[in-house]
Amino acid sequence: MKPAPFKYFRPESLDEALALLAKHGDEAKVLAGGQSLIPAMNFRLAQPAILIDINRLSALSFIEEKRGQMHIGALTRHSMVERHPLVAQKAPLLAETMPNIAHVQIRNRGTFGGSIAHADPAAELPAAMTVRGARICLRSTRGERWVDAPQFFVGLLTTAMEPDELLTEVAFDELPKKTGWCFVEVARRHGDYALLGVAATVRLGMMGKVKDARICFVSAGETPALATNAQDALNGQAPSAELAKAAAQIAAAQDIDPPSDIHASARFRRHLATKLTERALNTAFARARGETR
Amino acid sequence: MSRAGRAFGQRARRNEDYDLLTGRAQFIDDITLPDTLHVAFVRSDLAHARINSIDTTEARKMPGVVAVYTAADLGDYWAPGPLLVPPPPVKRLEFFERTQVPLAKDKVVYAGEPYAAVVATSRYLAEDAAALVYLDADPLDAVIDLEAALAAGSPRVHEDLASNVAAKVTQFKGDYGSIEQSADLRITQRFVYDRGTAAAIENRGILAHFDPKAQKLLVWDTTQAPIPIRGGLARMLGLAVSQVHVIAPNIGGGFGPKIMMFYPEEVVVPWISKQLGRPVKWIEDRHENFYATTQERGQIHDAELAISKDGRIVGVKDVFLHDNGAHNPYGLTVPINSQCTLIGPYDIPHYHSEFTAVFTNRVTVTPYRGAGRQHGVFVMERLLDIAAKKLKIDPVEIRRRNYIPPEDFPKAQEVIYQDFAELVYDSGNYLPALEKALVHIDYERFRKEQQPQALAEGRHLGIGVVSYIEGTGIGPYEGARVCIEPGGKISIATGIGTQGQGHYTAFAQVVAEILGADIKDIHVVTGDTREFHWGSGTFASRGAVVAGNACHAAALKVREKAATLAATLLESSPDQLEFCDGVVRVAGSADKKISLGDLAAQANPLRGAVKPGTEPGLEATAYFGPDRGATASGVHAIVLEVDVETMMVAIKRYVVVHDCGRVINPLIVEGQIQGGVAQGIGNAFYEQLHVDENGQLLNASLMDFLLPTACDVPTVISDHVETPSPLTPLGVKGAGEAGTIPVGALYAQALEDALRPIAPDLTICEIPLSPNRLFELVYGDEKTSPGRENA
Ligand SMILES: Cc1cc2nc3c(=O)[nH]c(=O)nc-3n(C[C@H](O)[C@H](O)[C@H](O)COP(=O)(O)OP(=O)(O)OC[C@H]3O[C@@H](n4cnc5c(N)ncnc54)[C@H](O)[C@@H]3O)c2cc1C
Repeated sequence: MKPAPFKYFRPESLDEALALLAKHGDEAKVLAGGQSLIPAMNFRLAQPAILIDINRLSALSFIEEKRGQMHIGALTRHSMVERHPLVAQKAPLLAETMPNIAHVQIRNRGTFGGSIAHADPAAELPAAMTVRGARICLRSTRGERWVDAPQFFVGLLTTAMEPDELLTEVAFDELPKKTGWCFVEVARRHGDYALLGVAATVRLGMMGKVKDARICFVSAGETPALATNAQDALNGQAPSAELAKAAAQIAAAQDIDPPSDIHASARFRRHLATKLTERALNTAFARARGETR
Repeated sequence: MSRAGRAFGQRARRNEDYDLLTGRAQFIDDITLPDTLHVAFVRSDLAHARINSIDTTEARKMPGVVAVYTAADLGDYWAPGPLLVPPPPVKRLEFFERTQVPLAKDKVVYAGEPYAAVVATSRYLAEDAAALVYLDADPLDAVIDLEAALAAGSPRVHEDLASNVAAKVTQFKGDYGSIEQSADLRITQRFVYDRGTAAAIENRGILAHFDPKAQKLLVWDTTQAPIPIRGGLARMLGLAVSQVHVIAPNIGGGFGPKIMMFYPEEVVVPWISKQLGRPVKWIEDRHENFYATTQERGQIHDAELAISKDGRIVGVKDVFLHDNGAHNPYGLTVPINSQCTLIGPYDIPHYHSEFTAVFTNRVTVTPYRGAGRQHGVFVMERLLDIAAKKLKIDPVEIRRRNYIPPEDFPKAQEVIYQDFAELVYDSGNYLPALEKALVHIDYERFRKEQQPQALAEGRHLGIGVVSYIEGTGIGPYEGARVCIEPGGKISIATGIGTQGQGHYTAFAQVVAEILGADIKDIHVVTGDTREFHWGSGTFASRGAVVAGNACHAAALKVREKAATLAATLLESSPDQLEFCDGVVRVAGSADKKISLGDLAAQANPLRGAVKPGTEPGLEATAYFGPDRGATASGVHAIVLEVDVETMMVAIKRYVVVHDCGRVINPLIVEGQIQGGVAQGIGNAFYEQLHVDENGQLLNASLMDFLLPTACDVPTVISDHVETPSPLTPLGVKGAGEAGTIPVGALYAQALEDALRPIAPDLTICEIPLSPNRLFELVYGDEKTSPGRENA
């Protein structure tokens, strides 16, 4: 469990990092928190010739709110997001999601951008960000572009990033008023990747009917896709336990394509998707109505 | 504590914990010697293949590489390992010995088997080069499934054998055939127990240094048995035993797999050091541990219980298959343990048990904490649960009705145990432990109030109560040397290794009791062959029983020497003397006393003469070898809750009442129980080695091989019953495996109980379980009943 040989660069500035990526992008990997990359290298599953360590780029570590939008820098540690008052206030779904990511020690090192860039369908953040309609900022010496989450996550551990691009920040709307949220997952042990997880937000409109429901799953397919059929079934309806149940069944049956692995069969995952979506929706309904927090 | 003494029986904090908990204790990888070389073993990806050739040319050219060895390089040194435990004297037994080899030569027989060793100046460089050792081999069909392995035409793990049968053994008591037809009720059921791995926190490691000038070999080894390793290495390397020194320093968990002798690495690393005349180190990494360290558990039982209408056992018949893995250096130890432990605390007049041990293309099986006992307990406890349900008897009551009564001890069981002696329970008193456990778990109130109330709220609680026995403290013998030093410290040396059991404290308590010393003044050395070179090792819950009694015997001898000398110096007689608070004093006259240190100084005078017939110093060595093992016992009880939507399980309360005879230190026993329960919970609900039909392990990391964590393991409520063993002066029995043995059976019973409202017919017949598996058991699998969960 020793990595194969590699060259190591530790740029002191964003420009330097982007220049290194422009030069070596094809054979290089960015090293952020290292909590996914280093294990893969120790197993020799990943053998990058070059590591570009971005941990000195402290400018990429921030949590800000600008004009109703949350901005989180790529190098922001999970633990900072977890504890940040602005997140608790403006992005309660994210706040609820964070403690589900790994263990404290890993959250102290692992980064927000690393989790998004890694695009593991079993990871929480891609789903939570997709639900919030996040946009992802990619920088290179060629310039900057913003990519919407659904276009960013293109497949299993695969994103729309080019080899010379660096993920620098993620932006998403703060949670609107009259919007309920819920993140819930089932993992074998505390801190494990989820067998299945659900991120949901429900915005109520006039007359208390569902105006904008969004549901996205963890560990239910190759990418964190929105459960559009279930969302359609919810929108325009009055929230109720029956509605939650019906929508959950639609989501599990039509919106996901969960894998089978040694921890859970596809069928068990569908079952979990039904039960957890129902729970998530009921919680989100109650929160949207201001009954609980 | 009924018979606690000044030191013996006290809840003393452990002498070793300060160093262990503050990171100061020395483990193998902490030891660095100048010019050390590092080894990476090259392991087979295939589970079963015929080797054509191994090409090491590219690897040899890599930077930092000093040598690359294959079986061909070992020459005459290449030989299969010893049969550690030959089969016991059971009549009509078939046994085929095939032991592990240092490096695969003609065939590889399990995925992970090493076939080359790369030696380089760092482990990094060694691993880089290892990637360039090329194996040319023809894959063969792998033997994985136990039943398929025995079918005609199955590929064979060892082609020189007629089949994959490694052994066939039948043992019996009474005559099951004679009662079979007449029993009121017969229950037949298949039970499956799958494999896990011990996953000790410290992996294995070896640092060997052959010094060509001194012509001496010094080896640090994470072994539970340094003395046999020393003897074996000397023999293999053509050295005198006195040229070899083996040290087992602190070891981060043994659990049995660290007493496999000899592992390929244990054979090869010292040999490399002798070849190169330099220190050579190999530290097993976590990934390797899944392939390079032995495992345990796979068995399939077809069992039958014959029982009367009123729930009294008439007889048990059990026919089982035991997965041996690729080799059987441990002979029949594990399946014999299963066979013998099945009987449990119950009075079973007729017992028929036969097993077939099967070679498979999997990692070799050797004892791992519990060592086959869990399987036997699982089968017996489950049979009783099924019977209780059929007969509408409370599961606790059916156990009560079948316990061996206290007046029946010693109880001969007519079968041969792993120590080659007839299994005879030395002592036992089972009912009090059960009754205590029921109080702690609040059984009556749970049944009458808690469970129905919870169910009314939609919560599914379940309760489990199971019993087990644990054969412990087997021979052959251990020894100890006790010495009072002139500074007043007392040293104890014994041959067994220590892997966290608290030996530095328990042995100190035994000796402190006799010599009236403070246990903090007692320094214990274990597992260093230069300090003590007779003995066999730490295994089978025997350390406290066998080495503990040896310490006791040596301390008595020292006391006698000290008393003789003190009597002369204090002008008194030995029987007038008291040993306490580190001094020897004349009873009743407070000022007539001498400290143990001064006495030791007097025993080793600078002038004058040590009289003929006496020896210098206050030192003595003694040995202890029990005729047979001591049988410990206990009861585990649990309350758990199942979320029936997600099948996640939460433990609400966990109780263990244990009887290991006289308790040297309750704190240590409770620690053993707590750790054992953690391992048992892992085994029951988390840990499973998933292997595909080609023998590939699918989860060789702690990411996917799920060890329970602190969040998953409750604090165990422990209590003790003390039924002393008549076999040993101290009356102690072993406690090392008690925590793990019955947990599978306990989980099965409690989960069935919790799931009864949604799955009244569920019978759990397998371990390990998981939420996914519970879901399948409740709702059927995809083929039989798709969609039932939504009904
Ligand atoms: C035991 C364990 C349990 C875990 N459990 C969970 C869990 O339950 N849920 C979960 O979501 N995660 C889990 N993780 C992963 C953890 O959250 C990681 O921190 C995260 O997935 C990756 O973040 P990182 O900063 O460590 O990235 P790294 O490991 O440093 O990088 C991961 C990948 O992203 C790329 N990358 C990183 N940053 C950038 C960037 N700014 N621009 C472009 N590419 C970039 C890297 O090149 C690499 O390919 C676990 C990890 C461990 C070790």
